[in-house]
Amino acid sequence: MAADPGHLITAPAVRVRNLHRSFSRNGGVLNGLDLDIAPGEFVALIGRSGTGKSTLLRALAGLDRDVEGYGQITVPGAVSVVFQDSRLLPWKRVLPNVVFGLRGADADRRGRDALAEVGLEGRERAWPYQLSGGEQQRVSLARSLVREPQLLLADEPFGALDALTRIRMHALLRKLCERHRPAVLLVTHDVDEAIALADRVIQLDDGVVRTDVRVDLTRRSRHDPRFAELRAFLLDELGVTEEDRR
Amino acid sequence: MTATLHVSERTTDTTDRRVLRRRLGPGRRIRFSFWIGPIVLLAVWAAGSATGLIKPAILTAPWDVVTAFQEQWTDHDLLGNILSSLARAALGLGLGVLAGAVLAVVSGLSRAGESLIDGPIQIKRSVPTLALIPLFIAWFGIGQEMKIVTIALISMVPIYVHTHNGLRGIDGRYAELAETIGIGRGEFVRHVVLPGALPGFLLGMRFAVTSSLLGLVVVEQYNATSGVGHMITLAEQYGQTDVIVVGLVIYGVFGYLADTAVRLTERRALAWRRTLDT
Repeated sequence: MAADPGHLITAPAVRVRNLHRSFSRNGGVLNGLDLDIAPGEFVALIGRSGTGKSTLLRALAGLDRDVEGYGQITVPGAVSVVFQDSRLLPWKRVLPNVVFGLRGADADRRGRDALAEVGLEGRERAWPYQLSGGEQQRVSLARSLVREPQLLLADEPFGALDALTRIRMHALLRKLCERHRPAVLLVTHDVDEAIALADRVIQLDDGVVRTDVRVDLTRRSRHDPRFAELRAFLLDELGVTEEDRR
Repeated sequence: MTATLHVSERTTDTTDRRVLRRRLGPGRRIRFSFWIGPIVLLAVWAAGSATGLIKPAILTAPWDVVTAFQEQWTDHDLLGNILSSLARAALGLGLGVLAGAVLAVVSGLSRAGESLIDGPIQIKRSVPTLALIPLFIAWFGIGQEMKIVTIALISMVPIYVHTHNGLRGIDGRYAELAETIGIGRGEFVRHVVLPGALPGFLLGMRFAVTSSLLGLVVVEQYNATSGVGHMITLAEQYGQTDVIVVGLVIYGVFGYLADTAVRLTERRALAWRRTLDT
């Protein structure tokens, strides 16, 4: 995180160089990938299935011990992961789930604050099964945020939610990221979601970054012609033809 | 809007068909449903004895059993016998549960533990514990030690099997979560492994309780000088079916109370689960 005095460019939060990962038989999944993410930058990672999105995310999370590969990865000390499933422990109530593994006397208070931030105050003592899918995912967001991560890794966190809930979750995630300013890497297959949320969208193909575009829309509205333009461009990159889109 | 009103007007006097459709779950709970079966059985027994269909030499009438109970209580120290049996079963069960749970956790969490522990227990499982009693008599004599060791061993196996099974069934994704959260092995065991294995442990507990009573009934036939089994053995020699039934009823009450205790614990400790039962 420390910016060298006298330098104008801060050190990136995430720095990946020449990253290779392969599963035994299927050949390379990541083939010499380079990626920098600045502190506080929100990056969305899109790509077709099997292009290595999740492999990259799991590499950054340190969850790929059984995968062959090499390369350099620098990540901040505090990394949090939001999975596609909320992954709440079913035998713990909501608050203990949020503060699970958290140390310090004020852990409970911080957990309550985090729950309030995601709009779930008053549900501290509920069991996970009593919550809706969207609420469970909000608890898992609170569990990540309460750890004050410098890097938030999210692997299709809204993939299992219905369309309406997803829109609300987008707004919530944007708001939380603006407040806490972690660097974010969001894996998604939804181009609209990527444009709606990210400062930068990158697309993987063949195990390397194929497209890297900045999203500098002032209004993130679908009615903005530049939104449509960017969307068309990214879909094109993903190989979705004009005909498919009709 | 008017169409909707029209429809609702029509459906008020006929029942909605979908409500009548059969539910696939077991449906609503019946109050005191557990007792219905036993009460019917008792009624059949009483009716059989009253009409003379069941002869006293085969099975004493329920009211004679009550009399025999009072007699045993006042003249033959029934309470002392009950307490001595209970102490035996509880001590054996306690040791067995402790050993079973510890072995299951060790063998479930480490490959070394598994290769040392799992094999012998699976082999032991195919030898009925009761068949080992002659050996235990040779080792421990016919006193209290033999009895407690037998009960401990017979209740250890179900605890081990079900706890181990529950432990191995814990979703691997929780381990992944624990890794990203950065907790140590001790915390992982306490917050993930043990609660995750609890349903299996409690199921094992129900089997263990019944097994320990089975063990109790058998070991009490060997040279016991006190206990419910001792009372039954004496009654057998004098042909007192009423006293034998008193002993059987006491064994039944033991089993029922112990099982109820486990089920109540289950309901409290597993409140986080949503099952067909609730």
